[in-house]
Amino acid sequence: MTDATSAPKAAPQRKGLAALEVDTRLLGMIGAFVLICLAFHFASDGRFITPRNLFNLTIQTASVAIMATGMVFVIVMRHIDLSVGSVLATCSAVMAMMQTAVVPEWFGLGLDHPAIAPLAILAGLVTGALIGAFHGWLIGYLAIPAFIVTLGGLLIWRNVAWYLTSGQTIGPLNETFQLFGGINGTLGETWSWIVGALAAAAAVWSLISARRNKISHEMPVKPLWAEAALALVVVAGILGFVALLNAYTVPWRVLEREFAARGAVMPEGYSEGYGLPISVVLVIAVAIVMTVIARRTRFGRYIFATGGNPDAAELSGIDTRMLTVKVFALLGVLCALAAVVASARLTNHSNDIGILDELRVIAAAVIGGTALKGGIGTIYGAIIGALIMQSLQSGMAMVGVDAPLQNIVVGSVLVFAVFVDILYRKRTGARD
Amino acid sequence: MVDYSGTPLVELRDISIAFGGVQAVDRVSLDLYPGEVVGLLGHNGAGKSTLIKCLSGAYTRDSGEILIDGQPADIRSPADARHHNIETIYQTLALADNLDAPANLFLGRELTTKLGLVDDARMESETRKIMARLNPNFRKINEPVSALSGGQRQSVAIARAVYFNARILIMDEPTAALGVHETKMVADLIEELKSQGLGIFLISHDTREMMDLCDRVSVMKNGQLIGTERVEDVTEDDILSMIILGKNPRAAA
Repeated sequence: MTDATSAPKAAPQRKGLAALEVDTRLLGMIGAFVLICLAFHFASDGRFITPRNLFNLTIQTASVAIMATGMVFVIVMRHIDLSVGSVLATCSAVMAMMQTAVVPEWFGLGLDHPAIAPLAILAGLVTGALIGAFHGWLIGYLAIPAFIVTLGGLLIWRNVAWYLTSGQTIGPLNETFQLFGGINGTLGETWSWIVGALAAAAAVWSLISARRNKISHEMPVKPLWAEAALALVVVAGILGFVALLNAYTVPWRVLEREFAARGAVMPEGYSEGYGLPISVVLVIAVAIVMTVIARRTRFGRYIFATGGNPDAAELSGIDTRMLTVKVFALLGVLCALAAVVASARLTNHSNDIGILDELRVIAAAVIGGTALKGGIGTIYGAIIGALIMQSLQSGMAMVGVDAPLQNIVVGSVLVFAVFVDILYRKRTGARD
Repeated sequence: MVDYSGTPLVELRDISIAFGGVQAVDRVSLDLYPGEVVGLLGHNGAGKSTLIKCLSGAYTRDSGEILIDGQPADIRSPADARHHNIETIYQTLALADNLDAPANLFLGRELTTKLGLVDDARMESETRKIMARLNPNFRKINEPVSALSGGQRQSVAIARAVYFNARILIMDEPTAALGVHETKMVADLIEELKSQGLGIFLISHDTREMMDLCDRVSVMKNGQLIGTERVEDVTEDDILSMIILGKNPRAAA
């Protein structure tokens, strides 16, 4: 079975930039993000690209980014989830009630018991998993379209949250719990550098082991200089990110208060950076785990296979119905994690938490290159998509664009991004 | 020559399956011996593909028995069929277009590392090995199969069936989308697999091709088996009249 177009020919040696084999889509998205940042930087007289603003940007993006990684799997499987914002609200309500009523009063442990935060988070994660699994069961086993199930879920879980809290704002939340919110929980400079160094080492190690594995199976590898250049860029990126977040210093009044509380006097000229927020570390951990699931596990392989051709997946012995349950349960767990981050950032649970998040999450996944027809999508794309959405939103707020105009721009960007993506696919597809 | 004295590799006994009110397959019995190719012929909608899907596990029969090596086999899913070393090449090829050739070849049976993660490098190298045998010109190992030509896609589907040491191979119109050269390669492959002792069910519309490739042909019409004949005993016209008239001229004679 030969084919004229694939007549034997030597594989051309890649030269220059092509030897790096970098994903052009990834470069394009990073380019778009940088462009947006620069545009707002000049429009706001240099207030956008500052450690303080970028710090805020990362913690504001965290909750949507966490959910967007799960939404990628759902969309890749040709489904959709419109209920994530409401599921987030229900998980948040459950966790808020655990902290303020269930554990302190029913269990009688009081408001400051160290078990409060872990128990609350556990309850939230279980709630998210159960809701997601239930949606998945309705979709996979009863064959109700995901659009309908989660549209119903959008209304149901928003109001279950309301019932759980009797519509009240619940707060302030437990202090340990608040560590996941962002500004209230950062690693500080030293630990940020340690985490950054570990991450850089892990990235280099994974590049080396991938190369070794390829060589051991006698497969072509990139030239060594290209591999080294790639490693250098990755390491510089990671350490640069840490340096940036460390450069955002804690206001001196706050530091003075801390010293005073310890009964000490703050030395002259003392300063301290915030460093990596715990919520951002959480996003990065989620991104790594989800990427490994997508690329290196059977579960992930089956998600993509089912999205590409559901019949082929079934004929290959894949239980696509159970797979649907698992994928929605996974997104439910991620909604619960996002609920931890979102409510901790606000320091309370309110009725409107997560409103319209479903649209932000879907938009982040789609801007990040996830195809609604299924089968295609990346985790890093969804996270950059979330960053792009958030930077547009906060950039416009900073520049003083009217609120209605902000949403008009964000909506237009979503449609335009998908159009650009279609053009990109056509051009790269034509070359194949 | 095929040895008909032993136990048949596969015996289908009185298989029936209905969809809604339509009796798609009506009490059909067939058998297949090691090293034999049995062709299934009939009009579109005669029930050939449906019957064969009962064996490959895509459908579950309403009644009837399947015996493998004389032992009853309860086949209710594609995984059950694979467990009995039954491999199928579907007319639609059943490939996930967004995945590359190794991912498709090992779909549902991925090779894994000690940590339980999929071992892409090993699967790719295995794919290169089997492709070198089946289709030496196959180069696009790392591209999604949507970027492949019809013949290349077909070779991925065939590689998937051959790699896992099938004992029973089902081929549903394996040459329908192929050019002359590729069709010849499929025919050669069938000969090779036959000589290794595999049993092959072949579905096709091309009567001439079937006369060349098969040891026996079975003709179906409206869900029923019209007859099974050794190719030496019948002419192409006999088979055509079985397909069209639904009567076996030899049985009538």
